[in-house]
Amino acid sequence: MAAKAGGPMQKGVGKLPDRALFLFSLLIYAFLYAPILVLMFFSFNSSKSTQSWTGFSTEWYRALLTDQTIHDAFRTSMIVGVTATLIATAIGTLTALALTRHNFRGQTFADSTIYAATVMPEIVVGVSLLVFFVAVFLPLGVELGIVTIVIAHVAFTVSFVTIVVRARLAGMDESLEEAAQDLGAGPVTTFVRVTLPLILPGVMAGALLAFTLSFDDFVITFFVSGVGSSTLPLKIYSMIKFGVTPVINALSTVVLVVTMILIFGGSRLLSRREGA
Amino acid sequence: MGEKGRGWNLGLAGLLTPVTIWLGLFFLIPLLLILAYSFGTSGVYGGITLGFNPGNYLKVFDPLYLQIIGRTFFIAALTTLLCLALGYPLAYFIVFKGYRRRNLLILLVMVPFWTSLLIRAYSWVVILSGNGIANKFLQFIGVTDEPLTLIFTPEAVLMGMVYSYLPFMILPLYASLEKFDTRLKEAAKDLGASRWQTFWRVTFPLSMPGVIAGSILVFIPSAGEFVIPQLLGGSRTVMTGTLIQTQFGAARDWAFGSALSVMLAVLLLAAILFYVRRVGTDKLEGM
Repeated sequence: MAAKAGGPMQKGVGKLPDRALFLFSLLIYAFLYAPILVLMFFSFNSSKSTQSWTGFSTEWYRALLTDQTIHDAFRTSMIVGVTATLIATAIGTLTALALTRHNFRGQTFADSTIYAATVMPEIVVGVSLLVFFVAVFLPLGVELGIVTIVIAHVAFTVSFVTIVVRARLAGMDESLEEAAQDLGAGPVTTFVRVTLPLILPGVMAGALLAFTLSFDDFVITFFVSGVGSSTLPLKIYSMIKFGVTPVINALSTVVLVVTMILIFGGSRLLSRREGA
Repeated sequence: MGEKGRGWNLGLAGLLTPVTIWLGLFFLIPLLLILAYSFGTSGVYGGITLGFNPGNYLKVFDPLYLQIIGRTFFIAALTTLLCLALGYPLAYFIVFKGYRRRNLLILLVMVPFWTSLLIRAYSWVVILSGNGIANKFLQFIGVTDEPLTLIFTPEAVLMGMVYSYLPFMILPLYASLEKFDTRLKEAAKDLGASRWQTFWRVTFPLSMPGVIAGSILVFIPSAGEFVIPQLLGGSRTVMTGTLIQTQFGAARDWAFGSALSVMLAVLLLAAILFYVRRVGTDKLEGM
């Protein structure tokens, strides 16, 4: 009763914190987006400056279209991203199946290794792979380059795929698999016809995550790339080091817009699938 | 559950072989290799002689390096704290006041989460450098007449870090607050608790798993960060990540670089265990 009597008054007091919270949240969103918008804004600047506005121009986007080194870096990034994603998704899905469908000795060790791979600082992963490739691969005649980049990208994305697919498998009704097996399906048929279609959204989400991580990775790639091949992030980094120009802004804008379209598209796709 | 395979069999071995090879060969063995190298001796031209040389670890106690490591952990801890202070209210707002726009609001946090950290750090180079937007703004509001040195300072690094890792804090906080049963808040209110009391004694303790996950997700990459200090800190705000990179680059002292990497990994692990013990168990009890 006493609480009820206090109701309207509490509501009156509650308005101020609510408004403050709303304003604070608005500021945080502004903080998250303003720097990106500033960057995009100056990609259309007509002068070489990224600091003062002199007029509208698409000059830097035209420069982007004619720069062969950027095209090469983009191609390398795509080849690495697609290859690493395919391998990591396949291995990660198998691992997730092993971890959810079986109890075995050494499971704790397997679990810890997978989590350790996701939390290990990138720089430690990067230098340890560099040391490994120089000590083991160079004597075998494998130079640092696209092969070592793909290997490294699979190594650091496979755990993320495993975790995502595993979450999907954990939420799956196992009796469906049992039913398939009772009806005479072998383990392979059960997997292809029952399990895989059910966990496909998880597998796709894992693949999308692996591709994004690979496509955006700078630190690990920096250590294992050698001199010959450059991915897009490596190219952007060297451009920033060489001197800030609006071309970097134009390139960044393209990368940001493509990423945003992928995210909005991906979330649409996922929510539609869940709704169906 | 009864159908779960027990023990080892051929099928399980088949499922686990690829990951064992990949993570064993390209994650665990490289880590053991830098552990071995960290006790080695670097040659003049970059070669390395294995052995048992604790000198690389003793070198860390040089005041110059101690200062860099101390700065690294200080900036990482401050980044984590600031991300929590800025991210918690937003996650709270999205979950409890977002209503029908909840999905859109969280998607707006996920966009920066998924976009390139390098590009987002670069945006601060544009803003803070020379006579950039930040300086123009400061002159406009009359804080200063001359452009101030904003880039290549510890504050610039901190700014870049908080900006880069804020979404890593908000998402786990959102995930844990989303599971929160709002009836508990109503119950607390009915029992006479004020909003403040309800938050600190009910909502916040129940969101502890999100706080822990978010803090770990922010602390680890910021302590190992090397791009942001490179771009925004320059040579005046060197962090451990930059120091490690120098050893494998220009300095060509792989043994010392390995020792620093091993130490960074061990210190981070210790810090996380300590944090989870301190904040975790007494708050998580009875959950």
